Amino acid sequence: MHNLVKLAGRNIWRNKRRTFITSASILFAVFFSIAVTSIQKGTWDHMVDSIVHYHFGYAQIHKAGYWEDKTIDNAFDAARPLEISEGFAEVRQLVPRIESFALASYGTRTKAAMVVGIDPEKERTLTRIDTRIGTGSYFAQRDDDGAILAAGLAEYLKLNVGDTLVMISQGYHGINAAGKFPVRGIVHFGSPELNKQLLYITLEKAKWFYGTEGLITTLIVDTDAPDAIQKTVANLRQELNPEEYEVMDYKEMMPELIQAREVDTAGSYIILIVLYVIIAFGIFGTILMMLKEREYEFGLLKAIGMRTGQLNLMVWLETILLGFIGSIAGMLVALPLVYYFHINPIRLSGQMAEAYEKFGVEPLLPAAVDPSLFISQAIVIFGMITVLSFYPMLKIGALKPVSAMRS
Amino acid sequence: MENNIVIKVSDLEKIYDETAVPVHALRGVDLEIRRGEFTAIVGPSGSGKTTLLNIIGGLDRPTAGKVEVDGNDIANLSDNQLIDFRKKHIGFVFQSYNLIPVLTAKENVEFVMLLQKRSKAERDSRTRELMEAVGLADRMQNRPSELSGGQQQRVAVARALAPKPAFILADEPTANLDSKSTANLLDMMARLNKEENITFVFSTHDQRVIDRARRVVTLEDGKVLSDHSRE
Repeated sequence: MHNLVKLAGRNIWRNKRRTFITSASILFAVFFSIAVTSIQKGTWDHMVDSIVHYHFGYAQIHKAGYWEDKTIDNAFDAARPLEISEGFAEVRQLVPRIESFALASYGTRTKAAMVVGIDPEKERTLTRIDTRIGTGSYFAQRDDDGAILAAGLAEYLKLNVGDTLVMISQGYHGINAAGKFPVRGIVHFGSPELNKQLLYITLEKAKWFYGTEGLITTLIVDTDAPDAIQKTVANLRQELNPEEYEVMDYKEMMPELIQAREVDTAGSYIILIVLYVIIAFGIFGTILMMLKEREYEFGLLKAIGMRTGQLNLMVWLETILLGFIGSIAGMLVALPLVYYFHINPIRLSGQMAEAYEKFGVEPLLPAAVDPSLFISQAIVIFGMITVLSFYPMLKIGALKPVSAMRS
Repeated sequence: MENNIVIKVSDLEKIYDETAVPVHALRGVDLEIRRGEFTAIVGPSGSGKTTLLNIIGGLDRPTAGKVEVDGNDIANLSDNQLIDFRKKHIGFVFQSYNLIPVLTAKENVEFVMLLQKRSKAERDSRTRELMEAVGLADRMQNRPSELSGGQQQRVAVARALAPKPAFILADEPTANLDSKSTANLLDMMARLNKEENITFVFSTHDQRVIDRARRVVTLEDGKVLSDHSRE
């Protein structure tokens, strides 16, 4: 094998110009593919990360059935999930919330609001909500009695910091829920949906308001390993009785976002497939020329005792080495560029930037530096060359030394 | 095989029927070659010399007849069996472009031994021995493009001898050589034949080769016209 590799290595340098041209085409394909997929993955990861951090978290635990029927009556005791989460090294913390609806009123104006009761400290580390307060301030203590309103809601109700908001709702198991909450801060959300209805109070006040003493509606899974969230979710599902709890990752909670990503990714895959088909024809041309040029030599090698399988292996190694040189060169050219745009993302401006900001996403196009992007290119080149190698294998298998050497 | 016969062909026929008019290349050839012979197969173009050599060497299959090489009937071996058989029993020297251009002279000589998975020590000693025998011990690291035509043919002879074959088949080995290179090559082959009892079978037009052969088999129209031995 070692000698075949050596022989294949020397053979590809017999025609340096052809090797250079073929490798350069592979280099371009690999470089282009890595650049495109890296920016695309980086941008989508950034978008998902922003949205996930903004509100949802990478995964949530609820009472079974809550996601389909989001009522306060589906509140649950978080003791068991909190207990088992101790055994998950990657779970940084479980962040509790009470999420429900209420009628929010000020003066003569009333509007339905989405009320989120949060643990101020834990929420700060999860969503960094404190950094987005535009007017006023964040909750000072766990049982702060104030409210932080989304800017759109505050504007509709004509509320300012220091004013008092009145809320009325139906609490746990039908009890009356009513309360007054001084406006502590106003926060702007990029998402129009959230901006016109979201309202934060502390978890302690939410329990009091809805009468859910000891119960919550949502546990956000804050993780150190977002890429492995599906595995974490699967493990949590094993530990938690599915008749009592539901565990959902962000993909299940935001299927529209995931579908949009898949559509976008599929579009660029089609471009990459076209590119690789063009490159494949180039490599195939090289193989055809090589076969024709070396027909006599292959006949000679068979005549002196080289078996068809060994000859096939040698030719396959030659094409694989060509692919290897082109792929490695492509990766080496792509790596610094991708790394640069990972550290210094492209910043969007104008309408595109506004569109991003509207959905609460910073208008950046960062490149992802992910080994899988590089490995997948190597696999594509390897597979393509292996498929292309079937042709010379067939030709060499059918080659007769006498007729080959007569040529 | 009786009486040291290394090659025995009986009633050999070969018809090329790929063309519109089939070509009858061999018409009932009978031939025996014994160990240690230095035989030239001669005849005009189209007489069937190369076809006979190809069939003896297992590079082509007869249409009819029997071919025994070193006691083995090779007519019915599969392609890969034939490749293995050639690797072990037969050394080849072709007219030109005999060597693998990307390998040095030394690597060319040891190539077949590599295919036979011989140890490195054995390969090294056998290669040195053969390169010395063909007078090119000082050119072991040269590639074919750095050797003259005559030197390339001598390396080809060394490679053919490397696996210690039953005999060497040489198809017009001097066709592209000048007089001096031809004389050197023939001297070397004659010496190997005499000193080491190596069997050589040539197909040739070259009178210089015919003059040195100890047996001359003449073919015409696919038949043995004459078979003369001289000592």
